[in-house]
Amino acid sequence: MGEFVLKMPDVGEGVAEAELVEWHVKPGDPVREDMVLAAVMTDKATVEIPSPVSGKVLWLGAEVGDTVAVKAPLVRIETAGDGGEPLPDSVPEALAEAVLEEPVAATPAPAKVTSPPKPQSPAPKPALAPRQMPDVSAKPLASPAVRLRAKESGIDLRQVIGRGPAGRITHDDLDLVISRGGEPLPPQTGLMRKTAVEEIKVTGLRRRIAEKMSLSTSRIPHITYVEEVDMTALEDLRATMNRDRKGEQPKLTILPFLMRALVKAVAELSGVNAIFDDHAGIIHRHAAVHIGIATQTPAGLTVPVVRHAEARSIWDCAGELNRLAEAARTGTATRDELTGSTITISSLGALGGIVSTPVINHPEVAIVGVNKLAVRPVWDGTQFVPRKIMNLSSSFDHRVIDGWDAATFVQRLKTLLETPALIFVEG
Amino acid sequence: MKEISCKLLVLGAGPGGYVSAIRAGQLGVDTVIVEKAKPGGTCLTVGCIPSKALIHAAEEFHKILAAASGKSPLGFAASSPAIDLKRTVAWKDGIVGRLVGGVSGLLKKAGVKAVIGEGRFIDGKTVDVETETGLQRIRAEAVVIATGSAPVELPDLPFGGNILSSTEALAMTEVPTSLAVIGGGYIGLELGTAFAKLGSKVTVLEALDRILPQYDADLSRPVMKRLGELDVDVFTRTVAKRLSADRHGLFAEENGRPFEVPAEKVLVTVGRRPVTEGWGLEEIDLDRSGRFIRIDDQCRTSMRGIFAIGDVTGEPMLAHRAMAQGEMVAEIVAGHKRSWDKRCIPAVCFTDPEIVSAGLSPEEARAAGIEVRIGQFPFQANGRAMTTLSEEGFVRVVARADNHLVLGIHAVGHAVSELSATFALAIEMGARLEDIAGTIHAHPTQSEALQEAAFKGLGHALHI
Repeated sequence: MGEFVLKMPDVGEGVAEAELVEWHVKPGDPVREDMVLAAVMTDKATVEIPSPVSGKVLWLGAEVGDTVAVKAPLVRIETAGDGGEPLPDSVPEALAEAVLEEPVAATPAPAKVTSPPKPQSPAPKPALAPRQMPDVSAKPLASPAVRLRAKESGIDLRQVIGRGPAGRITHDDLDLVISRGGEPLPPQTGLMRKTAVEEIKVTGLRRRIAEKMSLSTSRIPHITYVEEVDMTALEDLRATMNRDRKGEQPKLTILPFLMRALVKAVAELSGVNAIFDDHAGIIHRHAAVHIGIATQTPAGLTVPVVRHAEARSIWDCAGELNRLAEAARTGTATRDELTGSTITISSLGALGGIVSTPVINHPEVAIVGVNKLAVRPVWDGTQFVPRKIMNLSSSFDHRVIDGWDAATFVQRLKTLLETPALIFVEG
Repeated sequence: MKEISCKLLVLGAGPGGYVSAIRAGQLGVDTVIVEKAKPGGTCLTVGCIPSKALIHAAEEFHKILAAASGKSPLGFAASSPAIDLKRTVAWKDGIVGRLVGGVSGLLKKAGVKAVIGEGRFIDGKTVDVETETGLQRIRAEAVVIATGSAPVELPDLPFGGNILSSTEALAMTEVPTSLAVIGGGYIGLELGTAFAKLGSKVTVLEALDRILPQYDADLSRPVMKRLGELDVDVFTRTVAKRLSADRHGLFAEENGRPFEVPAEKVLVTVGRRPVTEGWGLEEIDLDRSGRFIRIDDQCRTSMRGIFAIGDVTGEPMLAHRAMAQGEMVAEIVAGHKRSWDKRCIPAVCFTDPEIVSAGLSPEEARAAGIEVRIGQFPFQANGRAMTTLSEEGFVRVVARADNHLVLGIHAVGHAVSELSATFALAIEMGARLEDIAGTIHAHPTQSEALQEAAFKGLGHALHI
């Protein structure tokens, strides 16, 4: 019989440690080769760790929420060898033999009558089986006198809501039910105090988000600039393009237009498409525009990245966006697809809201937030006309981007979006 | 043949049976109780009561021995103490006699007719009793089987001669020079300790890997320590084989290693078995649960109108369980709505020091998937315990971590048996740690250790 120690595998380039987010096995479980043992999370991607061998889990090297270094022992697995019973059975067998080796003939050994030798190790629990009712807590909590009255009144205490300490059913609680002719109490209708506190361990993606948000807001002095954009022309264009799109082409939302507009705007104001390494004091201005798209998933916020938006057509942007959003929501996005953005778009527009204060995706220096598009009356000089108006709320790292530049960038975006033909002008 | 009929027939007048009969009588149920020997059963005549009398006598004598050997820390002196075990046993028999008489009186007062003789089922509603005056046939609407339990006999070491069950051990008129106790459960250790204090060389042989296996090691450790002080040899993983040729020794094997222990007498306490023979169980063919008669939460058996209570129905084989069942059955027969709803059956082990357990141990609670908080307070830090030379042991409270509901209370120490009432009460009432901590416990008493254990569980013990 052998023992296999599975060490934390290298789950991604440059990753030195990963957070354990889920165990699929516990000690004592049998495992087959390729069965998933655990899930770990690196910066953003979740990676499943399969078992390289078949056997039985002996030991787990970490608890959910622990950070495990690459190459640290993660699981010990007993691998099947050349027969032989597992250890637990051998001890009592030896004992039973000793009992049976009775030199005096005719009758069985005395010890057999006492009580059969029980397995001593390593599974001592069954030897101390509960003597009485195993789970006191599962029974209604009430004093004997209350229980007696309930029995005599034909009331099942499991149906009675106890309002005493720890949910204890008091005589008063019982009186209420009896006065209602034994009908269980309806759910409390009046206002009542609630004192329950639910404790939720912050692990996995939620911990990543918490760390990232703290880092960003504590390190980066944000300046947020809000401007309204008249989207009427762009919406007309979008409707036309969607109507005339060819079979393969995805339906366009506002986001692909905004992405293309971003590409145009950062070409002129390259300071906002950058990574600021504040330890080294260096700003990396990127020629490539890798646009992070803040995406809500069942587990929390993730930011899949549309790479090289500058080299993608609007249709291409829309297709990639759909693919990534789906991957993020189903948890199948890879680490590469979830890292490396140079600027980020956050869109809460569908939920309404006129202004937001987006938090910069550190170490980037700018984030553009999209607010709800609404038809509003606009004074055109002679009369009010209905226009489709949308706010952009954008935040910038004020250490490296001055208010003037931030405003210039947003105004440029506004111009591009209000005159969408400019988005498609070459050069 | 004489024939009578009644509403309720109770077969067996042990603590379960007589309580059932008295309660039924109180409720106006026409009741007959059948007992082959004396009312009181194992508990009163050969169990709880006589053993506690002997244990007390042994403890008192042992103190005088200590004084005589100049070891009394209280400065007592005594010379050549002696015990006349005949008189001790007579004193014990006097207590038993008073209690047996008392039970007879209580049955009479409750209007219960007692029939002495061996009862035997003819069918589910008819029992024949061999009385001194001839065969008595009793027809009943309902029957309670309360036939109890008997000591388990070893095939190689059958009771008789120097091989004693607890019954004979309690009737010895001389202290044996040496006593081998087979079985390290509570009965063997209680009696073994008593005889060690009376001057016997006691050896305990246990087949499992430790004594008192039903208690966790924290609770049994002080008992083990005290056995050592009393010069009692304890062998675990050891099986008894046979008497030596001169019948003054007992051969045993410890993990296959044979050896001999001194044994003028051999006390066999390897457990008790339900008495399911000799009273016609085969005529009514009730469902079993292992060796025991299977019952539901109203102590009903598989046959309509037949109830079973006490040791014949399973573990724990404790008199107070049987009494509670007997009371409940009487009330059911009288037409009341009742079912078994007890939250705990406290258990007391009258070793030195004593052990009390009520409710779940920490392991049991964890095994049930409950997160627990544990508070433990040692008698070392209890003033009253110091004044009685009883600093060994502790009180331990187990509570749910989330709402502090008390799940179990355990104690080991001198005279902790008297704390069992408050332990069980706390659990039955659904007390939380705060309830115990918020109750003033009189000073100076050992019961303060319970309050302190609750404080400890809440994280703020005062006296440690």
